[in-house]
Amino acid sequence: MYRSNVLVCGGTGCTASGSTAVIESFNEAIAAHGLEKEVRVITTGCFGLCANGPIVVVYPEGAFYENVTPEAAKEITEEHLLKGRIVTKLLLQDSTEDGGVSSLNETQFYKKQLRVALRNCGLIDPENINEYIAVDGYQALGKVLTEYTPERVVQEILDSGLRGRGGAGFPTGVKWKFAAASEGDQKYVCCNADEGDPGAFMDRSVLEGDPHAIIEAMAIAGYAIGANQGYIYVRAEYPIAVKRLGIAIDQAHEMGLLGKDIFGTGFDFDLEIRLGAGAFVCGEETALMTSIEGKRGEPRPRPPFPAHQGVFQKPTILNNVETLANIPRIIMLGAEWFASMGTEKSKGTKVFALGGKINNTGLVEIPMGTTLREIVEEIGGGVPNGKKFKAAQTGGPSGGCIPAEKIDVPIDYDNLLAIGSMMGSGGLIVMDEDNCMVDIAKFFLEFTVDESCGKCSPCRIGTRRMLEILERITSGKAVMEDLDKLETLCYHIKMNSLCGLGQTAPNPVLSTIRYFKDEYIAHIRDRKCPAGVCKDLLSYSIIEDKCIGCGMCKRVCPADAITGEKKEAHVIDTDKCVKCGACVDACKFEAVVRA
Amino acid sequence: MKSLDELKALRDKLQSEVSLRDDGDDKTKVLVGMATCGIAAGARPVLAEFVEQVATRGLKNVTVSQTGCIGICQFEPVVEVFVPGKEKVTYVNMSKEKVARIVADHIVGGNIVSDYTIGNRHS
Repeated sequence: MYRSNVLVCGGTGCTASGSTAVIESFNEAIAAHGLEKEVRVITTGCFGLCANGPIVVVYPEGAFYENVTPEAAKEITEEHLLKGRIVTKLLLQDSTEDGGVSSLNETQFYKKQLRVALRNCGLIDPENINEYIAVDGYQALGKVLTEYTPERVVQEILDSGLRGRGGAGFPTGVKWKFAAASEGDQKYVCCNADEGDPGAFMDRSVLEGDPHAIIEAMAIAGYAIGANQGYIYVRAEYPIAVKRLGIAIDQAHEMGLLGKDIFGTGFDFDLEIRLGAGAFVCGEETALMTSIEGKRGEPRPRPPFPAHQGVFQKPTILNNVETLANIPRIIMLGAEWFASMGTEKSKGTKVFALGGKINNTGLVEIPMGTTLREIVEEIGGGVPNGKKFKAAQTGGPSGGCIPAEKIDVPIDYDNLLAIGSMMGSGGLIVMDEDNCMVDIAKFFLEFTVDESCGKCSPCRIGTRRMLEILERITSGKAVMEDLDKLETLCYHIKMNSLCGLGQTAPNPVLSTIRYFKDEYIAHIRDRKCPAGVCKDLLSYSIIEDKCIGCGMCKRVCPADAITGEKKEAHVIDTDKCVKCGACVDACKFEAVVRA
Repeated sequence: MKSLDELKALRDKLQSEVSLRDDGDDKTKVLVGMATCGIAAGARPVLAEFVEQVATRGLKNVTVSQTGCIGICQFEPVVEVFVPGKEKVTYVNMSKEKVARIVADHIVGGNIVSDYTIGNRHS
């Protein structure tokens, strides 16, 4: 029995900011003070506030420390763990009140959050199955195996209203029902952990922080559809997730929670990990299944749907990590409980990876129906440097943008579609007035052009032609007809591409044209980039009256493009200028202008 | 793991290890004064004994932690017990030997051990 638990985040984010050294420092300091039998240090999963990592939480006080260094760990040990004095200066600023510690749920970052999929992330040691069991782990599997028929399990998921969290939002229960009804001597349960959207990392965090929840959910799915084999398709770029999943599967085997005759009920279920090799298209279901079979990861036409012919032509279900993370909870607390959260057609919660121009970068889980304003202004802590919120991009390269005037729309699957974006996997990139929307669209198009597998021509050739038009627009070489061509091309690619990658690739372009057409027109007709991002459309000059001839700009210019005598107005040679903007930042008199 | 009952038994056994991490308001809190005065008067063995007693009894809703000086240094070691919904009880001149009775009578049984409280400090 320990009187205190020190939980240190061991997710990818905090590991990158140095949590491994923090853990070592804690262990050393605790040993030096002879506290090993009283204080336990636990490596846990993501708390969500990744930008402020490494994160350390000390219980029973619930003190939330941020940006913890190895030196700070020593101080926390000496002050907090030894003497019982919370080190206030290291606490998350938001969590202190009157010198004491307020409950984490009271802080601005956590107040509006509701952690269902992330419930155990940052609470348990993901490499120790006992910790998962202590928080009711595998009870849901036990419940379905001993009390429910497979039909009842499917009905429960149908009633909960759970929809796929990977992007398209297909009802999970319907998927399971089809696969359960499908005839086959062998069926499969697959987990899509090939999280490829730039900026999205909730699936990684669930796998790193709570791997047993996914194993348990897949076993439940296996029972529901009549499958005894599962595959987890996870990207090789997630080494910590892969390692913890491997440990979790081994531990579940040792305990008899995977394998033959689970809980003595005669139900067998086994799991294998399949590593992805970095292709974005392998997150598409048919390509993923082809890849599991050991073939080149390319999509194929549907039908046949995976529920009838999936992996090795056998009936298969494929669910995303976050979707699966909800399953054990739905079984334990009931479909009604889950359906009580969210909006009419989107139940439960959704995890978003908050990034871009936002103060609290990290992972947030909110009930469906929360508005973008609540996410950005309250949970996210607003846009930094007093800049104005311009738009948010959801759904990554398949999604679109939500402009400032739609900031009060409640976020759910249908509302996002209606305003030309999509839920996608949950990447949420906040943009301010310094972001050029044409440039953003170009960024995502570059990504899809790179990642198009090349099997079908609308996607392979079409997206490249779109990118060429966007390059013409951002370099001031486009004519107004290009805009019409671009839109026509978008619709053709959407209609004719083989898989989701191509069908959704035009979305970032279409939605930026829809809400920011004036920016496109400014680029084409006026040859100007209003946000000042597209280099080819910018020119720098010095206002003679404002320049005092201090020479700062001349000194910082990497291209020697600025000339002028001391105390006399300087001049920029536009032929030599590389448009880096260093002179604008260097000038204290606002004499250098970008136009 | 042969049955669901076995899993449930294991969970009940393991729960006390993680119950510490739930910072809900429904817990009994034992605070041991661990400022210099407290430590000098022998608070450390008192703290250790509380942790030990809570563990042996498998009490899930009790946390034991330290606090600073509360200003009555002459009565150290001082221990405060907070039972949810009840007034704080302060025990003074604590020793390792007194701990078992407080855990048994007060924390488990709900009866304050008035022999050790600040009101009866001369006893």
